[in-house]
Amino acid sequence: MQNGTTIEANKPKLDIKTDIKPKKKSALLKYWDLYLLMIPGILFFLIYKYVPMWGIVIAFQDYSVFAGVAGSEWVGFKHFARMFQADEFYSIFSNTLLISLYKLFWGFPAPIIVALMLNEIRHMLYKRSVQTIIYMPHFLSWVIVGGIMINLLNPSTGIVNTFIQFLGFEPIYFIADDSWFRTVLVASDLWKSVGWGTILYLAALAGIDPQLYEAAKVDGANKWQQTWHITLPSLLPTIVILFILQMGNILEVGFEQVFILLNPLVYNVGDVFETYVYRVGVTQGQFSYTTAVGLFKSVIALIMVVLANKIAKKLGQNGLW
Amino acid sequence: MAIKQSKGERAFTIFNYLFLGAFALICLFPFVHVIAQSLSSQRAIVSGEVLFLPIETTFLAYKEVLMDQHFLKAFSISVLRTVVGTFVNVFFTCLMAYPLSKTYIKGRGLILFMVVFTMLFSGGMIPTYLVVRETGLLNSFWAYIIPTMISAFNLIIVKNFFQSIPAELEESAKMDGASNIGILFKIVIPLSMPVIATIGLFHAVFHWNSFFDAVLYINDRSLYPLQVYLRELIQFDQSEINLRDNFEQQLLANESLKAAALISSTLPILIVYPFLQKYFVKGVMLGSVKG
Repeated sequence: MQNGTTIEANKPKLDIKTDIKPKKKSALLKYWDLYLLMIPGILFFLIYKYVPMWGIVIAFQDYSVFAGVAGSEWVGFKHFARMFQADEFYSIFSNTLLISLYKLFWGFPAPIIVALMLNEIRHMLYKRSVQTIIYMPHFLSWVIVGGIMINLLNPSTGIVNTFIQFLGFEPIYFIADDSWFRTVLVASDLWKSVGWGTILYLAALAGIDPQLYEAAKVDGANKWQQTWHITLPSLLPTIVILFILQMGNILEVGFEQVFILLNPLVYNVGDVFETYVYRVGVTQGQFSYTTAVGLFKSVIALIMVVLANKIAKKLGQNGLW
Repeated sequence: MAIKQSKGERAFTIFNYLFLGAFALICLFPFVHVIAQSLSSQRAIVSGEVLFLPIETTFLAYKEVLMDQHFLKAFSISVLRTVVGTFVNVFFTCLMAYPLSKTYIKGRGLILFMVVFTMLFSGGMIPTYLVVRETGLLNSFWAYIIPTMISAFNLIIVKNFFQSIPAELEESAKMDGASNIGILFKIVIPLSMPVIATIGLFHAVFHWNSFFDAVLYINDRSLYPLQVYLRELIQFDQSEINLRDNFEQQLLANESLKAAALISSTLPILIVYPFLQKYFVKGVMLGSVKG
């Protein structure tokens, strides 16, 4: 069986090679039109992705808009020193990390669990209806979701507080309350993304060979044992890849969401790297300092991805690379 | 096969159905509530009577929103951005993905690496802002389109799909004298409609929903998209919070207006959503699991 397929797979491959492979010297000339097609895309990546990477050097300068990168004065690590001395840096760092960890803790396993539960539903119409509904919030903007949250949580007219008052408690101003703000962030993120997150896992579940389950049934495995010994191991590669990607985003808490719900009353628990960089950098024009803050964040993110990838490989999983 | 369920399994099945149903209701409920509010009278909202059904039904809020010049202007900017932006995204993604799907193109590995690297590391908000500024896009409609021309992730998905098209098809077209560009537009793209429709949908949703680049790059109010309009409508800033008691009456008067604006801006997505669902589910599965 195995031999047969490899021979079959090899045959057309050989043909392609002899038919299309160019003579060595003329690739650029022979395929000039293909290279032409790539030019707009390559220019885009160079200008809007790579020039900004190079622009990071302004973190080591006193950047002036008029002098540009070439004319601005180099100041070494001055802005990094200022960053590490600023009290607000530590509160921003811990806010970002905590919000992110809370989201990871609640938001990462949730789609796996929901996908596993959906997978057990035999009634197709019911399954499809549930899926259709739970994907939907993903397609709304954070402005809309924020608006809905503000509406629901409004202290005087919001339905949540109406209910709390009905039960005889004081209304809570969730969005302006230090002890509730992060909960609102995590909960609204869950509401928006759990359903959508199940798609990849459902795809992976659909790819599991049913013979495995039949064999397990013959051996007398019950549902739990089947889930534990077949389903979860089959999902593991998908889980690992998504986890590595998540680690890269550990300092990326979802700028639009926080920006839309954030207000001055909860800066001490809700201000994160990106809202801070926007507020101080763009609106106050402190470009060099906030680029240093942004660079700190990007470097940590890169280190986290590389580390997570290493760990995944150590544990015998395929990493991202 | 006859299915014999143990007691535990039956209990799980019941729990499973109920739990997922409840979850779906939680996803649906906020919409229904906001729709009900948008159709209710102020009095009913303020007294907290509105749950899932409109009380004292009135279309006044919708009338007011749809007559508002700012709303209409913002709506048309968003439509324009979505149409132009999605076309640009899909067009240039295909142009770049096609050569990259050819293993015999020299420099392909390097270019692919450069593309993937941008998914791991970026210059950050400020350097990107400065580049947009240097390229003269501040306060221009093109600030919505050009800096988001290609998404690395979607490019890889389309490239992988192109690669899976049998080479024989292209060879025979070549025999008939078709050029590479002709093959791309007459054979490869028509065969790739599932994946192109999927990334098109994602880009369209992105453009319709995006809010931050407008805040960052645009000061000209006449270029504000719908999301910024909505943000200004529902926003509560410091003065509102501090002066809450004084302003309460005025704020409340807006509740149904806000609800109507939220629903009007969501409607386009909600209307097309059920028709597109089967495509995007398939499309997501096409590209992403295998990476």
